[in-house]
Amino acid sequence: MPKKILIPLHENDVAPRFDLATEVLIVTAIEKSDSGDKRIMVLPRASADQLCHLIITEGVQTVICSGIEDDYYQYLTWKRIEVIDSVVGTSELALKRYIEGTLKPGNIL
Amino acid sequence: MFPGKFGGIGANIIFFSYVYGLIKFNKIHFILPVELGGNLFVSLCPIAAIALDQVFKRVYIFYGLRMKKGASDNINAKTGNAIRVIPGCGAAIPPHVNNLFNIPIGFTELLDEIAIGVVILTLDRKIVVMNQALKALTGFSPKAFSGVACAHILRSNVCLHDCPALHIKEKSGPKCNEGNLINKDRQLIPIRITSGPLRNINGKIVGILETVENIHLLRKIDETASHAYNFNNIIGRSPQMEKIFQILPSLAQSDSSVLITGETGTGKDMVAETIHHASNRAKGPFVKINCGALPETLLESELFGHCKGAFTGAVENKPGRIQLAHNGTLYLTEIGDLPLSLQIKLLTFLDDKEIFPLGGIKGFTADVRIIAATHRNLEQRVESNRFRKDLLFRLNVIRLHLPPLRDRQGDIQLLLDHFLNTLSTQMGKKQLDLSRKTLKILLTYNYPGNVRELRNIVEYAINICADRQIKPKHLPSYLVEADPLNVVATAQEPPSQFAFNMDDRSLIGPEPHQDWSNIEKRMIMEALIKAGGRKNKAAVSLGWARSTLWRKLKQYGIH
Repeated sequence: MPKKILIPLHENDVAPRFDLATEVLIVTAIEKSDSGDKRIMVLPRASADQLCHLIITEGVQTVICSGIEDDYYQYLTWKRIEVIDSVVGTSELALKRYIEGTLKPGNIL
Repeated sequence: MFPGKFGGIGANIIFFSYVYGLIKFNKIHFILPVELGGNLFVSLCPIAAIALDQVFKRVYIFYGLRMKKGASDNINAKTGNAIRVIPGCGAAIPPHVNNLFNIPIGFTELLDEIAIGVVILTLDRKIVVMNQALKALTGFSPKAFSGVACAHILRSNVCLHDCPALHIKEKSGPKCNEGNLINKDRQLIPIRITSGPLRNINGKIVGILETVENIHLLRKIDETASHAYNFNNIIGRSPQMEKIFQILPSLAQSDSSVLITGETGTGKDMVAETIHHASNRAKGPFVKINCGALPETLLESELFGHCKGAFTGAVENKPGRIQLAHNGTLYLTEIGDLPLSLQIKLLTFLDDKEIFPLGGIKGFTADVRIIAATHRNLEQRVESNRFRKDLLFRLNVIRLHLPPLRDRQGDIQLLLDHFLNTLSTQMGKKQLDLSRKTLKILLTYNYPGNVRELRNIVEYAINICADRQIKPKHLPSYLVEADPLNVVATAQEPPSQFAFNMDDRSLIGPEPHQDWSNIEKRMIMEALIKAGGRKNKAAVSLGWARSTLWRKLKQYGIH
């Protein structure tokens, strides 16, 4: 079953701050590979509220991010969205590690 | 040897650092110096630095040596800067500071002694070393940060919007920015970042030194200071409230009993809590008990506790509220409703400072400060034998009378603004304002429920109002359709003759005796003034027959 993953971006890295990200990478991973749809979305402005709204409306199941405020973390997990936070490294590597099943919160890649 | 120097922030410290690396090239081992904790080495030989960890491991295998536990922890694959012990070669030593004492002292240990967060960065803003305070602030473990870009560890908006390290030039000094960071516990912390250049002895910038301060507490103090007209959430700028604000701190420092009187909704509970929090007992418990809320037998058990088997259902020992308030403050609200039998028991406790639980023979000496409050007139209750005079004298060591809102000139407007701001923020609504008509209604209303009623009115209006401006239609209907007679002050209990005096001025001066006859007299006078002395017109405006007005004028002796 395809899985939608969202990574807030800062250049090629996972954005240090969820609330300050102006770009997101949305990937649809199929059967343990990122061969599905992959697109970068530019946001009109950095806003954690709008990003949460986007995550819900896009039907994202997993968010890989770095610094995220507890309110947003709790909100997303309450919405049954998996949040892997405090991830430091490039978005490509984070995605690869996630698909391999080895990505954990707090990982520095 | 590569001497380094950092200036700009704090004193100049000259330090020397040697870190050696072993590189195997064409079957020959080379020993390379890594200068300044690896910074220069990384910038000049990045590939070699990345491979350093692997190289060491190979060297250990080559020499058949095992890494000491702990040594491997400090080797970073990207920088190789934190290498402490290299078994077998003994070349690497940690960064240290020379020439301060006879023997070198550890540089990281020195940084760890600094109470604010300190981080040293390379010129490309990668972390070289970070002290313990910053690790605690960010929540990242020591192993995690080396060689990682600073923005990913600090996670500050300053780094992302206007990185101070980017502005560091040859002749630039320290730069200070305020912002916030999100730590690993997902908390948003306000911080102040000061960045300065780190120079070698030739004055060339070789790195960046940043200090990161948690200004959460400073912000809190600022917020408190910005409310010029308050004392621990009690708001007011009327002369009556200013007198109370002046006396509260000194009152809090004493251990004497306090009796707080005032109408309902004037803030007696808040004042009691404020006194507790400003006192030396602030770290102790603040135990509140409502003397009017429980039946007599239950109240006795609640106050003094009971022993197992004291009565049916007493299956275990239970400490009373007085015992729970040991080393703290016991706040007895509605003390005027305390049953007479318990008044005697409380009196005994106030005298002896010892309580005996129900059914117990062993006493407990409690160190408790008593604050009592009531909206009743205790003197009147003493006269009607419903309150013990001796208890009143014991409680009435310091008396604080809180004025009703209608007597606090200027405070209604201040409180309206305060509640509008705080409640609209709490409810996630946009900033609302009051129409002129609404403001007039609110300023002229009598507020028998005092501040609590005002707060409720504002909360109601914010809930109802869908526009940007609160109009009379958004107010509770009883305000808009109010009987004009209600606007006149309600009857109030006479003031206490024991009112606390300060500089020969009563803290809260005696209220004018207001009964119905006085109010009626004032109404007649006002109607006559408005009617220009014409009695017919005055009688019409009062809604009375002319004969009634004549009778009243005669009764009150108005000519």
